[in-house]
Amino acid sequence: MDANPQATHIVHQWKCESPLINCRFEPAGKFVFTATEDFSIYRFAMADGKRTTLAGHKSWPQAIAFSIDGRLMVSGGCDDQLIWWGTGDEQPKPIRKIVAHRGWIRALDVSPDGKLIASAGNDSLVKVWNIENGELVATLTGHAKHVYSVAFHPNSKWLLSGDLAGDVRQWDVQSGKLERQFDAKPLTTYNSGQRVDYGGVRTIAFNGDQSQVVFGGLHKAPNPLGAVNEPLIMRFDWSSQKLLRSHTIKGVKGIIWGSAFHPQGFLVGATGGSGGGFLGFWNDDKDEEFHKLKMPNTARAMDLHPDGIQIATAHHDRCVRISFMKPKT
Amino acid sequence: MFKCTYACGSDEHQIARRSFLGMTATGMGAIAGGLGMLAQPAAAKKLASDQKRVIVVNMAGGLSQLESWDPKPGTPTGGPFRAIPTSVPGIHICELLPETAKQMHHLALVRGVNIHENDHGKGGYKMFYGRPKTPAAEYPRLGAVMARTLESDATESLPGHINVTPGGGGGRGNDSAYLGPRYASISLDNGKPPQNSKLPDSIKADTDGRRQAFRRAANDAFLQRRRTAFTDAYTHNYEQALQLMQRRDVFDIEKEPQKDRDRYGSHDFGRHCLLARRLLDSGVTFVQVTHTNYDTHNENFNFHLEQLGEFDTPFACLVNDLAERGMLDSTLIVVLSEFGRTPRINQNYGRDHWGTAWSICMGGAKVQRGATYGKTNDQGTAVTEGEVNHAQLFHTYLQAVGVDSEKQIDIDGRPVPLADPAFHPVKELLA
Repeated sequence: MDANPQATHIVHQWKCESPLINCRFEPAGKFVFTATEDFSIYRFAMADGKRTTLAGHKSWPQAIAFSIDGRLMVSGGCDDQLIWWGTGDEQPKPIRKIVAHRGWIRALDVSPDGKLIASAGNDSLVKVWNIENGELVATLTGHAKHVYSVAFHPNSKWLLSGDLAGDVRQWDVQSGKLERQFDAKPLTTYNSGQRVDYGGVRTIAFNGDQSQVVFGGLHKAPNPLGAVNEPLIMRFDWSSQKLLRSHTIKGVKGIIWGSAFHPQGFLVGATGGSGGGFLGFWNDDKDEEFHKLKMPNTARAMDLHPDGIQIATAHHDRCVRISFMKPKT
Repeated sequence: MFKCTYACGSDEHQIARRSFLGMTATGMGAIAGGLGMLAQPAAAKKLASDQKRVIVVNMAGGLSQLESWDPKPGTPTGGPFRAIPTSVPGIHICELLPETAKQMHHLALVRGVNIHENDHGKGGYKMFYGRPKTPAAEYPRLGAVMARTLESDATESLPGHINVTPGGGGGRGNDSAYLGPRYASISLDNGKPPQNSKLPDSIKADTDGRRQAFRRAANDAFLQRRRTAFTDAYTHNYEQALQLMQRRDVFDIEKEPQKDRDRYGSHDFGRHCLLARRLLDSGVTFVQVTHTNYDTHNENFNFHLEQLGEFDTPFACLVNDLAERGMLDSTLIVVLSEFGRTPRINQNYGRDHWGTAWSICMGGAKVQRGATYGKTNDQGTAVTEGEVNHAQLFHTYLQAVGVDSEKQIDIDGRPVPLADPAFHPVKELLA
């Protein structure tokens, strides 16, 4: 069945014990996992919403990623740790713990060939690990600010990392060398009055034919401390690095906290902030969204289900919400 | 009772008058003797041993107590940061302050502050003036009170009340109320020397000397008949400004060793802390350094990571240096804000205004070293022990530098309490 973004509606909302930070579907789509402010990760069975608590982090878990076969889950948190878990275990327990960064781990991604997992964090480093045994494969240095996002190119040859300064670096995974950089500085600002850096590359996503890459975050931030800013997704041509689109959501204040290309070609993003939570949908023919859906609460993350119909969103009101991109039945 | 220097006939006034008359009688040479006491070795030595000083770091916007002095890790309000041990066994502070943690044996934490105020302006007034703002009266700011009560011959050649600000243009504050403009703050915009403190290139030194002599002669004639507190203040300000122009290098941290500049850091707050050390070294009574901005309604954790990452090392350097230079017993350290931040984490990962249960940091002078006073509950939502307010803290600051805060100051024959007479100092915080 084709997805119908204009028909998107919320079907489930499952409660955690504290505000959510992140959410991810495991590759088979049987579970959605949420990272929360009570240091726990919660697993919800998509079939019935059954909740299982995964305890192991000593601070907020921030990032979740899965092995390609879905057997392993790796989480990274503000306790600087990577933790390996058995995704489908009756009661998942930590399999391996590694103090991976000096400072929060903000982002994780698994290489499409299933061999590697990349982590990024507040020590301005990107690290590449063997996902099976947890061995450190490479440490990529060069970012000047905290690294907010990391994503492998679908060909597994390249790795992208984006930081607070809007510097997106393309690394050669094999050699660890910097290949080139994308300029996503519109996603960051230094407010001289408030004396703060703000923004950063919060999301990275590739389209299906690998011809385009998007970087999400915020812009138009006259008052960072007051959450006055607007969401922005920058769409680049992969080969030429030409900026193709600057996607916005009309009338919405907030930040792009998650983005993904749908197999049908459109782009989905979740925003949260002072303007509340929204799902936005964009095509590549114009900057503005072709559809948006107001959520009941601010959104902090999103993920696309493997079925191409369901979207998970993480919210401050302790709920993970599952929306369907199809008409109500 | 303290007596003001206005035309009140006090002994102190007579001393000031003699000094002033001496200056006017002998011109620039006498000025150096009147306000330039620091040029004399004996005076400088006395300053080092006796002179009390105050350094206040103003964490503008409202520092989060949970991300600094009173962490609550692992609770619903605790946020993502962990607590770390300090140089004082049993005292833990937020992991964002690792260098400050090493200096905790010089410091004390006041963890039960409740000022019943969540407004920036009103909270700031309470914390810096020791009383609630009221249309019925104007009170002097903490720096003005300190400059006045700790004034001595040894401190005369420089302003006693200096604010090092991140910006704002510099200039003189209107914050000394009945103490008079002599004790009003002088702001150093981004650490630059005071405005107009450099003689214009077009004016030669001898030309300036002649015009100052003419000014003094005219003043002297006028003062024979019409001397008032205001004319005294004007005259003092002129003479102090001249001294300040001659000692302009006091504001130049390039004169500090490169290794110290490296230790403090090249960013604004690092430079400002080093400047504060230099000013205190030079005999300035009260220095306030402002670090901004902590008003983190949005992304509180990212911004505290950034701001406290900047604060930690230079502040720790300053505390350490004051200790190593033997100045800690004579220098009061205060780190404060207009209020703290809510335990509740809002939907934007922010914390909002919270004057109900928060913390400040003190140190040096007569402050108990390595102490904590006051407690909040498990989630930091209420003070459970040792609650103190702005007025008690104001008293305590004064007592810590040997000023009897419960005495009164004589303003034109009218006794005015130095601090809010309804409250008292927190004796437990004082050694």
